Amino acid sequence: MAIDIKMPALSPTMEEGTLSKWVVKEGDTVTSGDILAEIETDKATMEVESIDEGVVGKIAIPEGTENVKVGTVIVQLLETGEKVNDLEKLQDKPINSSENYEQNQTAKKTIPSRDDLDEKRVSGSNVTHTEITVRDALRDAMAEEMRRDENVFIMGEEVAEYQGAYKVTRELLQEFGEKRVIDTPITEYGFAGIGVGAAMGGLKPIVEFMTFNFAMQAIDHIINSAAKTLYMSGGQMRCPIVFRGPNGAASRVGAQHSHDYTSWYANVPGLKVVAPYDAEDAKGLLKAAIRDPNPVVFLEHELLYGEIFQIPDVDDLIVPIGKAKVRRKGSDVTLVAHSRMVGRCLEAANLLINEGIDCEVVDLRTIRPLDSKTVIESVKKTNRLVCAEEGWGQSGIGAEIVSRVTKEAFDYLDAPPERVYQVDVPLPYAANLEALSLPGSSDIIKAAKKVCYKN
Amino acid sequence: MNKKNKKINPLKTTKDELLSLYKDMLLIRRFEEKAGQLYGMGQIAGFCHLYIGQEAVVVGTRASMIDGDQMITGYRDHGHMLACGMESRGVMAELTGRAGGYSRGKGGSMHMFSTEKHFYGGHGIVGAQVPIGAGLALSNKYKGNGNVSLAFFGDGASNQGQVYEAFNMAKLWSLPVVFVIENNQYAMGTSVIRSSAETELHKRGSSFEIKGIQVDGMNVLEVRDAAKKAIKHARDGKGPMILEMKTYRYRGHSMSDPAKYRTRDEVTKTRSERDPIDMVKNRLIVEEWATDDALKSIDKEIKLIVADAAEFAQTSPEPDASELYTDVLLDA
Ligand SMILES: Cc1ncc(C[n+]2csc(CCOP(=O)(O)OP(=O)(O)O)c2C)c(N)n1
Ligand SMILES: [Mg+2]
Repeated sequence: MAIDIKMPALSPTMEEGTLSKWVVKEGDTVTSGDILAEIETDKATMEVESIDEGVVGKIAIPEGTENVKVGTVIVQLLETGEKVNDLEKLQDKPINSSENYEQNQTAKKTIPSRDDLDEKRVSGSNVTHTEITVRDALRDAMAEEMRRDENVFIMGEEVAEYQGAYKVTRELLQEFGEKRVIDTPITEYGFAGIGVGAAMGGLKPIVEFMTFNFAMQAIDHIINSAAKTLYMSGGQMRCPIVFRGPNGAASRVGAQHSHDYTSWYANVPGLKVVAPYDAEDAKGLLKAAIRDPNPVVFLEHELLYGEIFQIPDVDDLIVPIGKAKVRRKGSDVTLVAHSRMVGRCLEAANLLINEGIDCEVVDLRTIRPLDSKTVIESVKKTNRLVCAEEGWGQSGIGAEIVSRVTKEAFDYLDAPPERVYQVDVPLPYAANLEALSLPGSSDIIKAAKKVCYKN
Repeated sequence: MNKKNKKINPLKTTKDELLSLYKDMLLIRRFEEKAGQLYGMGQIAGFCHLYIGQEAVVVGTRASMIDGDQMITGYRDHGHMLACGMESRGVMAELTGRAGGYSRGKGGSMHMFSTEKHFYGGHGIVGAQVPIGAGLALSNKYKGNGNVSLAFFGDGASNQGQVYEAFNMAKLWSLPVVFVIENNQYAMGTSVIRSSAETELHKRGSSFEIKGIQVDGMNVLEVRDAAKKAIKHARDGKGPMILEMKTYRYRGHSMSDPAKYRTRDEVTKTRSERDPIDMVKNRLIVEEWATDDALKSIDKEIKLIVADAAEFAQTSPEPDASELYTDVLLDA
């Protein structure tokens, strides 16, 4: 029986790719493991291997074809002696269990910046903008700071030769060499400690965690060694270090790889905690974090890495730590979020306007120190509050904000504040359960309507 | 001797044993190939780490274990579960995230367990399984049940600090545990030479007085013998041993690894010269324990099992929405 070889999905977020090269030709005999073709994704060039032995049948997709959907038949593998099937008859049925999966769909979309309010600093009409992914914005931030200060260096797993597990450190090794771009063994506790020591010794380390899930191995050094030493030394010791990496849920990677640690680090005095949403903030805040004389926990999001945003063409883009940003002005309800949930709030706001609810979206950007002033000013205007975050509810960021707002602006509230967060269970793997667990724009819409007493 | 004969493994075995080892390894190989295929079709998502190339390590070790001995490993775990006798249907359905999976779809590729088959996971944090494995051994010793725990981990994991904390306590307390290092030479894109000051990983227990053996992990009978020795040592109350299995993973680290850190030649060479399944196949033929036809029908039989598992995994329903809230805590 002939086997259809289909355009494979090579990562959870891949939807299509380029068939760059056929390594075999029709009629070739192959065995399991032989390379059939090369395909290009947004992240890498990959080889498609044969999954069985047989003879290469008709090649359905010629090399050089772009945007081949995952699941499209690219070639048939025949048993010896079998005839080539009529491929015309074969329907292109892309199979993707995650078709309805919110996260995948938006992974590459550019969030419209139409409603975004540019900061005054860069809103002057003569400032040009360039499109860039969050991934490259982060890379550029590190590269610029490494050029500026020779004491800045980066270390972590796969940051150098592999160019970063998520390609955030792409080309840094080539420019700065192995003295300043250091691959570590898989020993988070050890290299976080070495980073802290190097910072105390006068360097400015950037420690990358492949994901923040693995920083749990190292959290003792982040908190006990980095955050507390300035205080314990009566102000003598310095620890200028950035701990950075993707935080929170990616896509279908299960409970141990999908944890949002924002509120953990937010709880600790002696740390600064940053969680940007768009490329401009990612770059400007990372540069500020590297220059900051304190330990900074810099929480990125894997599902934002590939998103494209406009970034102003300015020489030294610095976004100050500790300032929230009103991303959309509105009069009816304040939506507060950070990191990827900001995008969800903007989506919700765009939909709610059709229902007569005008949302103001506040992007916290920095979690510690928390800019409650901006939030409170907004609530004083809208009189309604919804806090959204990806992590769990108990002791979450929303809990902190609601507490501050009710204390400072109690009399301004027209409704009890609402919160949106992850369902109170470890993140499940199954597609349907995962979708039920993670908060999305529909949850924000529901909460916003509730505080507006609309249904 | 001709070239083919030279490859023949001189270690003692029987027709029945070798055939059974062959089938067990082939099942893992075909299962993993199918899993790779289902991933490409979007039926499996997230991380999926295939065991292709390393089959002899778990099959040979399992052959020297007795019922009740526990196994624990990391996220590259499909082979271990099949070797423990877990059903391919249940494993595959967990990969697709369906109700018929071992964790009812809630764990995924990296997180499956079977108390019945004494398989303790399925762990996603590199190195975490090592002290847990030693803890299982503590429970054996405490209860005096005579069982041994086998903790599998990679060359990359062998650099985690908690591994050494576990080594120390395991030796100090003579815990019945065998540490099986699956040295497939790479941790993601980092080779052992680039990550380890001491690359002879079997020596990693020396400062704890733990004896280690280096084993050809592509040779299932050599694995079997080394495991027998280490397991006996542990069962006799003499404490832990380390087995460094020299092996190789043919596929990328996970599905989205472009594997630029090694040459295609290196992979092809290992496949053609050291393949654990081919090695056994050759011996079966030379010893005249199986004909070509017989081997073909074994292959067919296994393909049927795997096809059935794949069918089950794609038709089993998604878990019921109510499953979302179960299994967080037990009633006290
Ligand atoms: C504590 C921790 N750090 C990093 C990772 C990411 N990671 C997953 S597998 C892996 C490589 C492990 O290599 P090795 O131990 O050699 O096992 P192999 O994958 O070769 O089986 C890394 C770095 C992780 N899961 N846990
Ligand atoms: Mg390895």
